[in-house]
Amino acid sequence: MISLTIDNQPVEVEAGATVLEAARKLRIDIPTLCHDSRLKPHGACRLCIVEIAGMPKPVTSCTTPATEKMVVTTQSAHLNRLRKTTVELLLSDHPNDCMICIGSGDCKLQELAYRFNLRGSRFRGKMRAHDRIDENPFVQRDQNKCVLCGLCVRVCEEIQGVGAIGYANRGFESKITPPFEKELSCEFCGQCIAVCPTGALSGKLWVGYPRQQGLEKTETTCSYCGCGCNLTLHTYGKSIAKVTSRQDNHNRGWLCVKGRFGYEFVTSNERLTTPLIRRQKGGSLEPASWEEALDLVASRLLDIKSKHGPDAVGGLASARCTNEEGYLFQKMFRAGIGTNNVDHCARY
Amino acid sequence: MAGLAAKFGSGAMTNSVAEISDNKALLVIGSNTTENHPIIGLRMKEAVRNGAQLIVADPRRIPLVKFATLWLRHMPGTDSVLLNALMHVIIREGWEDRTFIEKRTEGFDAFAEGLKQFTPEFAENITGVPADDIVSAARIYATAENAGIYYAMGITQHSFGTNNVHAVGNLAMVTGNLGKHGAGVNPLRGQNNVQGCCDVGCLPTDLPGYQKVADAKVREKFGKAWGRTLSSEPGLTASEMTEKMLAGTLKGLYIFGENPALSDPNMNHSIKAFENLDLLVVQDIFLTETAELADVVLPSASFAEKEGTFTNSERRVQRVRIALDPPGQAQSDLAIIKQVYRRIDPEGVSENATAESVFNELTALWPAMAGMSYERLETEGLQWPCPTDDHPGTPYLHRESFAREGGKALFTVVPHVLSKELPDEQYPFVLTTGRQLFHYHTGTMTRRSTGLDKISPAPYIELNPEDAASLGIEDTGLLTVTSRRGSIRLKARVSGIVPPRVVFIPFHYKEAAANRLTIDAMDPISKIMEAKVCAVRLEK
Repeated sequence: MISLTIDNQPVEVEAGATVLEAARKLRIDIPTLCHDSRLKPHGACRLCIVEIAGMPKPVTSCTTPATEKMVVTTQSAHLNRLRKTTVELLLSDHPNDCMICIGSGDCKLQELAYRFNLRGSRFRGKMRAHDRIDENPFVQRDQNKCVLCGLCVRVCEEIQGVGAIGYANRGFESKITPPFEKELSCEFCGQCIAVCPTGALSGKLWVGYPRQQGLEKTETTCSYCGCGCNLTLHTYGKSIAKVTSRQDNHNRGWLCVKGRFGYEFVTSNERLTTPLIRRQKGGSLEPASWEEALDLVASRLLDIKSKHGPDAVGGLASARCTNEEGYLFQKMFRAGIGTNNVDHCARY
Repeated sequence: MAGLAAKFGSGAMTNSVAEISDNKALLVIGSNTTENHPIIGLRMKEAVRNGAQLIVADPRRIPLVKFATLWLRHMPGTDSVLLNALMHVIIREGWEDRTFIEKRTEGFDAFAEGLKQFTPEFAENITGVPADDIVSAARIYATAENAGIYYAMGITQHSFGTNNVHAVGNLAMVTGNLGKHGAGVNPLRGQNNVQGCCDVGCLPTDLPGYQKVADAKVREKFGKAWGRTLSSEPGLTASEMTEKMLAGTLKGLYIFGENPALSDPNMNHSIKAFENLDLLVVQDIFLTETAELADVVLPSASFAEKEGTFTNSERRVQRVRIALDPPGQAQSDLAIIKQVYRRIDPEGVSENATAESVFNELTALWPAMAGMSYERLETEGLQWPCPTDDHPGTPYLHRESFAREGGKALFTVVPHVLSKELPDEQYPFVLTTGRQLFHYHTGTMTRRSTGLDKISPAPYIELNPEDAASLGIEDTGLLTVTSRRGSIRLKARVSGIVPPRVVFIPFHYKEAAANRLTIDAMDPISKIMEAKVCAVRLEK
């Protein structure tokens, strides 16, 4: 363990921990924009700068390893001024359109502007004018809002192992793009959208729904594969507005294309909305009341049982439905009807 | 599952997903993990970044191959020969874990004897994997401090799937990669609640918690809890039900949340079986291909509209919550089953039963879940076994002993067996089926998600450039694919993903359903269908 002092408070951390991690252990608030604890430190945004005794200039705490007896200052007028200027420089080339930005309310830059009380920027000059790139069904890219934090590039490379995007050009011309600015070769996991700190990357399916106000959040579990990722469903009225996942769970907030974007089936207009009965063999399925449908199912099952014995009926349960439903279903067959003919298709 | 249960006493992932990043070596066989279990795939990539050696064994050049130290491209259906050859090398070179074998296993001598014929050269002949690569793979896996095996339907969907599972289990046992962190034998579950559905007793031979119908004491326990005398007659498996429907002895079938008319191998056969029933009840969220055949269709709620729990691949029980109202008159599956049940037997389930009360009834009957409650699952899931209220759950199984009588794991001799239908002059190609990233199963959900269907809108068959050239077919050209069961027509995707003489079709598309072609041969023990190997011919 390594002992150091941050803002006059002693703290111990594991060898290899950064100054930022040590400070967070003390719940000291250091602003960051390009940091994500699930990715390697990057040191691009310069907001996490701190003063370390013996070092001539402020350093980025996210990339500086904590060392024994280090003395760190995270809050000072000087640091505050530097951080504020950094945010102002970012705002100098940012469309000041929070009112109509899809990222509003979930934007780190907006929060930083609020924190430093910045309505605009002192710095005036050329603004970037990238085209909107929208040639895929899921990811909406608005490059003028990009702060070049690199989170999207890093998550795609480090976590997803795909490397669909990278940096091109230098300085003011820098931008995030697929290799050679060709078509995007992407798995559409949306990890990049999840880590983007601004409105530069968002979900196309989110358009047309409120951003924050009026959305209800429900914590649940994905219904696709056996990974069992945790989902947060953001619903509005009768619809799902978007799907996200919390970082503090076993899937660490990462999702795949199906979990993040494959939810439209829930509100498909092809959903079954009423029981259907085929009143005679060869006829068509016709709408019926629950009463009629349920009575028919139970009476026919009992009828077969009384004529042919309980083993003339069977049940196929679902590997897609809940434990409770599966349990009650097999109990109904075993205790209710008296047969062990209950199975499901995916039990291997 | 039957295979692992026989060897270890429990048929589930022995270890947890989070441990994957700590593996020193990984063997991924018969699992296209990054497409079918993408988030588990992320952990594998992380393990590689942490310095682990990754061995991928798959006939197809799956995306994970890009991250592999070594790729073994064996022919479909030769998995157990490959695995046996790895073990042959391990024992020949003295890389086995003697202490583990002596203390924690039984049946080693007969098993080792059975491996004698499986030399790397013998295996090269059958699998197509160079003998040197077999030796390298054996070294990587056996000499790693801790190594995990991950497999899915590529191992199990064979007429000798149980044999394959035995081979996988043997490999972990011979190297002592069980009962410790970052190792184990890990079947990856293809659907959100396969594990849970097995756990709660939706199995013809097992009551909840794998308590056997055949055991009189078990029947007495459940009979007492449920207030009814239970049948000792073992139930029919899904595939046996199909046969009994055709024979006319199974007359009524109630299906919920499944679409076997499209997902069953040799689906023409299954459809005939359904049509032969007196009563078919289908409960689903869409009018699926199976529902279209039903006498009664009951509209149910999707996952976003109901309450309950799912158990994921690593035995983690997690909450599912209501975010939306179901459309129209649709109701949750629990509510529907409850109402049917109450009409059959009003004493079977209370009118006021809720998901939580049913969960509590279940946990009271299975010690491994006895320590779980909705309250404990409020913010985080728990992995079974979790026997008491203060138990933290179990990340990995078999730490001290195996759940078999005597506490030891059982070695099994795995003979050399062949797939039921091998290519011949008339049907010269091997067809293997599976999923792809952008769709799920029969496409009921994903094909109604506009973006997903836009990216992957149409069925296709992957074939090797060499075969494409000899057939005179170009990429996106149309091909007719015929097996002894049926025929479909779809676009060719010419690609090195498949080796020569092997073709692949994803089974999501009803307009060219792969399961019109597949064979309904099945494993004699688990009764799983052989979806991974059958013979087909291709015509322009």
